[in-house]
Amino acid sequence: MTALALPTRKDEDFRYADLAALERVWPVAIETIALAEGEQRALSMVNLGVRELVIVLAPGASLDLHVLNAGPDYGRLALRAELGTGSRFNFGAAQLAGSGQVLEVVTEVQHLGPDAVSQQTVRSVAGGGSSVNYLGKVHVAKGADGTDGSQSVRAMLLDRQSAANAKPELEIHADDVKCAHGCAVGELDKQALFYLAQRGLPPEAAKKLMLQAFVAEAFVGAADEEALQAQALAALEALL
Amino acid sequence: MLKIENLHATVADKPILKGLSLSINAGEVHAIMGPNGAGKSTLSYVLGGRPGYEVTEGSVTFMGQDLLALEPHERAAAGLFLGFQYPVEIPGVSFVQFMRESANAQRKGRGEPPLSGGDFLKLAREKAALLKMDMEMLKRPVNVGFSGGEKKRAEMVQMGILNPSLAVLDETDSGLDIDALRVVGEGINATMRANDKAVLLITHYQRLLDYVQPDFVHVLAGGRIVRTGGPELAHELEEHGYEAVA
Repeated sequence: MTALALPTRKDEDFRYADLAALERVWPVAIETIALAEGEQRALSMVNLGVRELVIVLAPGASLDLHVLNAGPDYGRLALRAELGTGSRFNFGAAQLAGSGQVLEVVTEVQHLGPDAVSQQTVRSVAGGGSSVNYLGKVHVAKGADGTDGSQSVRAMLLDRQSAANAKPELEIHADDVKCAHGCAVGELDKQALFYLAQRGLPPEAAKKLMLQAFVAEAFVGAADEEALQAQALAALEALL
Repeated sequence: MLKIENLHATVADKPILKGLSLSINAGEVHAIMGPNGAGKSTLSYVLGGRPGYEVTEGSVTFMGQDLLALEPHERAAAGLFLGFQYPVEIPGVSFVQFMRESANAQRKGRGEPPLSGGDFLKLAREKAALLKMDMEMLKRPVNVGFSGGEKKRAEMVQMGILNPSLAVLDETDSGLDIDALRVVGEGINATMRANDKAVLLITHYQRLLDYVQPDFVHVLAGGRIVRTGGPELAHELEEHGYEAVA
């Protein structure tokens, strides 16, 4: 078998990738996470490097996956999730990028059977000329009625040199589905920053407090929510 | 305590304050009244150091320091508190965490040791009770889902916790019903009526001044103080309007 060719910018899933960094770790082994019927699991991943997951949820299975992507170098999590009837996939990711770094999450969530629920919450912060990306597709197969799939994607830019790319996509082949997606890229609210400063918080402490709250939305419901928040806070401190 | 001399300020290159002078001594309560657009809120923001409010002329001295040379958070640590006309909502940040970090940042700026978690909560509870505010509300995100009146009371709880030397309160009475107005008025008196403190109340109406008796009342119009008097001036304004009085 020949080795898989290194992707190029023409590959949609890699259009914003750090190809030089990718080349150093290529090819990436595919990891499979399979949950049996009715099985429940909660997983957290921190500073993951370059990973590629295939998630298979049997009917009625439930997976909570929480990710803190803040590693010192290129960080990329690509996942494909196959959701069986009535299964549930809750995905929360925070990406905290600094100094020219590229961090990205690429997802493809496939609702293969009816009544499955998927929820994706991605919160990214980019400073120091870095870029944060989210490419996410929700695919609802024919017959997968009663699907509930949501994507909530927000990015905060700390300076004008940094960038955020977000591409939420929906592909729906069933009639009775609920698919919500929201996507926003912005800066910290200047009015709020002045309010915090007027109460005595120096600019960095004010930004940290607001970013901490912003990022925490990605960890809601995680089994180790507090540990993730503490690690995110340390990463934020390094950014500011 | 505060000495403003010939203050000129612009917002987006538009002159708003045009030669405002005002002196406030420790132990005094001053009220500034004036028509819409006179520059009342601009004055409070200039004192607080809000970005975009540019001082083009004049000086402000606060407790012997050049106030305008300080960053907003340094002004707070020096003892200046602004009560906002429209307190800002901050999703995800709890009131308690916000206030504890603010209080300790101010203490650090003054070279004082931080308050412990227990000491802080005791202080917060005491000040919340003073304003008849449920402690449970203070565990919620800052001002999120608060009614207009609750936001104003929460501002006064913050003032109680931070214990400033000078409070500049921008229309703290707007959005309050009669009972809340009394509670807020009593809160201001309890926190700020002292020989070493002072208050500058910015208001449209006489009604707050029934609870917080001012020593001086000023009329601000066209970017400067056009008339100064005692508490009777507020009644005169209420009766005859700004145009007749100023």
